[in-house]
Amino acid sequence: MTKYTYTEKKDTRSGFGAGLLEAGKRDPKVVALCADLVGSLKMQDFINAFPERFVQVGIAEANMIGIAAGLTIDGHIPFTGTFANFSTGRVYDQIRQSVAYSDKNVKICASHAGLTLGEDGATHQILEDLGMMKMLPGMTVINPCDYNQTKAATLAIAQHHGPVYLRFGRPVVPIFTPVDQVFEIGKAWMVSEGTDVTIIATGHLVWEAIQACEQLEAMGISAEVINIHTIKPLDEEAILKSVTKTRCVVTAEEHNRLGGLGDSVAQVLARHLPSPQEYVAVNDSFGESGTPEQLMQKYKLNAPAIVEAAQKAIQRKG
Amino acid sequence: MTQDIQELKGIASQVRRDVVRMVHGCQSGHPGGSLGCTDFLVALYFSVMKHNPSFSMEGKGEDLFFLSNGHISPVFYSVLAHSGYFDKAEMSTFRKLDSRLQGHPTTHEGLPGVRIASGSLGQGLSVAIGAALGKKLSGDDRLVFTLHGDGELQEGQIWEAAMFAPHNRVDNLIATVDVNGQQIDGPTKVVLSLGDLRAKFEAFDWQVMEMQGNDMAAVVEGLQKAISLSGQGKPVMILMQTEMGAGVDFMMGSHKWHGVAPNDAQLEQALGQLEETLGDY
Repeated sequence: MTKYTYTEKKDTRSGFGAGLLEAGKRDPKVVALCADLVGSLKMQDFINAFPERFVQVGIAEANMIGIAAGLTIDGHIPFTGTFANFSTGRVYDQIRQSVAYSDKNVKICASHAGLTLGEDGATHQILEDLGMMKMLPGMTVINPCDYNQTKAATLAIAQHHGPVYLRFGRPVVPIFTPVDQVFEIGKAWMVSEGTDVTIIATGHLVWEAIQACEQLEAMGISAEVINIHTIKPLDEEAILKSVTKTRCVVTAEEHNRLGGLGDSVAQVLARHLPSPQEYVAVNDSFGESGTPEQLMQKYKLNAPAIVEAAQKAIQRKG
Repeated sequence: MTQDIQELKGIASQVRRDVVRMVHGCQSGHPGGSLGCTDFLVALYFSVMKHNPSFSMEGKGEDLFFLSNGHISPVFYSVLAHSGYFDKAEMSTFRKLDSRLQGHPTTHEGLPGVRIASGSLGQGLSVAIGAALGKKLSGDDRLVFTLHGDGELQEGQIWEAAMFAPHNRVDNLIATVDVNGQQIDGPTKVVLSLGDLRAKFEAFDWQVMEMQGNDMAAVVEGLQKAISLSGQGKPVMILMQTEMGAGVDFMMGSHKWHGVAPNDAQLEQALGQLEETLGDY
């Protein structure tokens, strides 16, 4: 397997902040909006550099989505920023009508997604956002895995025409992807090749999948790890190519089992290559308060859970 | 563009014919609010706004209009067609399969003249604010107009937008509320009172004016006054008094014709009250 190490940990939201600043430097049409969470979204550097291109909307997310849609009309490229919960569930109808159905070039950028938001608890820990966003026709859905990938994704979506949902998080996590990577929307990243089981992971679960891969190797199991950072459009070819080889799959995501990456993968396999699949995901429940580490352990979203799921998937191959 | 009130009245009569014929043609749609807002939309598109029927989404150097209460799509479509955005024959496809004239306006089928989908209420003011901010950022000094139903003001997003626009000095925005006092389930004062709208918007720091919406001369004069109030640091709100169903006597005076189509006899009765001035589609 390919070995990964890291020298630094950072939050993916800081990758977004750095990417937004850089996107603003590259394109004067890039504007940013925030609903009273500038510090949490790491948008201050953009605001310092381009104060006239920033819109503070206050605690009014529906209005923010509408204003962003309106800003696209004469060619501006708005990036909205708030927590994932308030970026999706709170404003689903606004996104549906004013952004997705209207085909507006809005970038909905969402921090503090999933359980790793931590102590604030279930009111803020959205685990349904990927599902809601991927169901919207025309919506691109991206969930990067570390600081570098989030920065690269932010730059990539600025150049992509069409509505995008970009999901990232609060905790500091290892930086293990290249600093100078080119982010290709819709293209899976082969993290590590293997032959016995395919582990398809997104977001914070990618590092856990790498750890699981090492543990499986020590047990004599060769796992292939694929990073699906773009939930939609899904890289079906990469999934089918890998599962054709390994004949079983584990999906890993910080999301409800219903409606997330796992279900997208299951659809591909059901149509083209029915195969045993195990889900590492939240089992249709809300979260709760706790530290990110405690929560990921309690809800079984970590390397040991992926190892266990891989062993089950392999057994089911028969 | 014309300031001739008689000519504008003639256009409005044709638009009202189109409205009842479109709704009759598919036996669905919303004639009441469409008829009530006909004079306003005719004045906007034929007298007040600078706009180009060779449509571009960006609308640079043009005044923009956003219809937030998208259910009055028939009047919007008729005004766009007669302005030259698309062939008026296309009105016969309203609400039918494979049409660009969807039940509620949308950009999705590429109908020229439409810049945002509307129908789910309460979203258009925010969109218009975004477009107005875009114009300011781009150094474009033209204006952004919107239209809202009064029942639509029951949506919370309207008040988020109402708070934002004055705080951010969005003074290239002229919003209009169609105050007809009616919504689907009955009079607004029975369903959910709107209270003193002038006082409410003034408290939000808008420039507020009132206008009679079914008197063409008053509408043209009112819109010109609104334009004179723009650019002074505050958004402009027009509270426009209209009668739902205006122009067709049996459709006036109640909420009954909010979303009901006329039958054949009712269509004939309505058309008998509306002169054909520009030719039916």
